[in-house]
Amino acid sequence: MRNQYLKNVATIKLKSDQCTGCGRCIEVCPHNVFQMEDKRSVIVDKDRCMECGACVKNCPFNAIEVKQGVGCAYAIIMGWLTGKEPSCDCSDSSSGNCC
Amino acid sequence: MQISTRELKTIQTSTQLTFSDVVGSWKARWGINRMNFKVEPGLYSVGNPGNSSHVLVTANYKMSFDSLRKELNGLDVWILVIDTKGINVWCAAGKGTFGTRELLNRIAIVQLEKVVSHKALILPQLGAPGISAHEVSKFSGFKVIYGPVKAKDVKAFINSGMKATAEMRRVEDSAYDRLVLTPVELVGTFKLSLMIFGILFLLNLLGIGPFGFVDFYAYMGAVLVGCVLTPVLLPWIPGRAFAWKGWLVGFTWAVLVNVLNGWTTVPQYSVLRALGYLLILPSVSAYFAMNFTGSSTFTSFSGVLKEMKIAVPALIISIFLGVILILVNSFIKL
Repeated sequence: MRNQYLKNVATIKLKSDQCTGCGRCIEVCPHNVFQMEDKRSVIVDKDRCMECGACVKNCPFNAIEVKQGVGCAYAIIMGWLTGKEPSCDCSDSSSGNCC
Repeated sequence: MQISTRELKTIQTSTQLTFSDVVGSWKARWGINRMNFKVEPGLYSVGNPGNSSHVLVTANYKMSFDSLRKELNGLDVWILVIDTKGINVWCAAGKGTFGTRELLNRIAIVQLEKVVSHKALILPQLGAPGISAHEVSKFSGFKVIYGPVKAKDVKAFINSGMKATAEMRRVEDSAYDRLVLTPVELVGTFKLSLMIFGILFLLNLLGIGPFGFVDFYAYMGAVLVGCVLTPVLLPWIPGRAFAWKGWLVGFTWAVLVNVLNGWTTVPQYSVLRALGYLLILPSVSAYFAMNFTGSSTFTSFSGVLKEMKIAVPALIISIFLGVILILVNSFIKL
């Protein structure tokens, strides 16, 4: 059975006029968000996106935007408590709760 | 004039994991020495590679390195281990330490262009959030080929001429994959749990208790529900938000605890206490289940933030009310 997370929250956007159809995004996406249609990449299921940012980093034409971040509650709590951007840094402390 | 050149340094490794490698992985899963489970960054050789052999890139977390090399039996390849401070590929990529800059540095340090005559690197696909393939090739001349998500598919990927099937490109998330991540979650709760036990013990000393065995196993059960049971059963529990899933299973546990202790059958069993459990236990489970978002493979930052904005205030209120009910109940009995 496949896991599904919250609907309509992912911040991913694809500017199809900047897409050249190189297919890098399809290659790097771990959740099958993109598909090639008419020699251009399209987002087929936005709700599968986990905002890892692999597509953004690897798009040579800056056609993709996403608010990259860690989907980790512990990181967000630590961010709230310390007033910093949530980051996957809990591994530096002894608690070691994530990744 | 003499031009000094640095010596090429490569390290031989094997595809066989030793007993101590396996024990090391097991310990890391339980959070023992997990942050110092590293290998030295550099260029490693597997088998007998030459200047046309493939170069596979990985992180210097020992579990990452081991899970890659054990799949390379019979191949002659190079492994380029980059310095991710002992963090696995995917997490390090998210942090940026498995990144373009470190990769470029490491290529220069090991003088890769002198070791191989080709210009291609095979990277794990999950390194992609930290790497700009086009920038790597712009600054080093090396072309980045993203291999499969899992090391076990590397051989098939190479043998098929660097073609990954759709399956190889997708992160799978089986119940077993989640199960192996639960010990660390559990270990992470020990400190908090000890503090709670300490407070309950003090309350007992002050005579506000008595908190006893039932409270102990009720709480431990709620922790196990949140840290182990909910993560393992994740896709089968109705709903989408992790906190909700944890709450639901935790609620079932709370009802069970109450019934086991004679709720509705034993008249002395206080309604206040029963309600207290119903408010506290599911919230404890929900909190720990929510924290599993960090270990899951498919939660987004926006999604986690959305569920937390509702869950965190709700859990705090619920636990607060539950604690008041339990304390009031203790006072009545005094």
